[in-house]
Amino acid sequence: MSLGDSSTELGKVRGLGSAREGGDHWIGERVSSVALLFLGAWLIASLLFLPALDFATISEWLRSPLGAVPMALFVITSFYHGLDGLKVVVDDYLHEPGNNFALNTFLLFVAVGGAAFALFALARIAFGASA
Amino acid sequence: MAEQRARPLSPHLGIWRWGPGMTASIFHRISGGALTVAGLAVLTWWLVSLSNGSDAYGDFSAIAGTWVGIVVLIGLTWAFFQHLLSGIRHLIMDTGENFELRGNKTSAIATFVGAVLLTALVWFYVLGVAK
Repeated sequence: MSLGDSSTELGKVRGLGSAREGGDHWIGERVSSVALLFLGAWLIASLLFLPALDFATISEWLRSPLGAVPMALFVITSFYHGLDGLKVVVDDYLHEPGNNFALNTFLLFVAVGGAAFALFALARIAFGASA
Repeated sequence: MAEQRARPLSPHLGIWRWGPGMTASIFHRISGGALTVAGLAVLTWWLVSLSNGSDAYGDFSAIAGTWVGIVVLIGLTWAFFQHLLSGIRHLIMDTGENFELRGNKTSAIATFVGAVLLTALVWFYVLGVAK
């Protein structure tokens, strides 16, 4: 642990201080939340205003650029934002460094894997592999 | 790493009288967790079933249409709106606004009222159209 200039005098003396990181994570969580305001409203409105929720209607919707592209953005942004949020919860409650690192790494793998799986499924629908 | 000393702690949670702000805070975390774990699982399952053709999507629709499925989907809709409204409240508070007791309390209550109303609106519409 290195002590930067932003540490207080008392913090330097004690060898304690702020983590000196996390600002990017905090901003990223908020930027993705604003993106999800738009994408979430789009998803709910789309599902409500589609003429039906049967296979043919939804497949056709997700094959069109205005269906597939926002859905891809929604998948990426929601997994990103969800992982951000879970990390905050883990950091709040799991203080032992090894366990904290292990659980955050596990969640990272699950989130990236889940997002990849969802995007692959979306690509199959969009490019009509199994109509 | 320097020797760890006991850090000063906030007063214990138990000494505070429960209020709307605290309730909104913990519900933001709970709804966010539910959306990430259950919501993203359903989203991925839905996309994968669509990508596997109409039979697989039929299986998904059949399970989603059982009363358990509908309860889960209503719960996710509620979590979505609760997290969305409470998230907007947090973004406003990030600018330094809305910390006066009265406004803060009113906006916390508004997130609960709004989320229930929006969820009811969506599902009366969905179930009304389905019939």
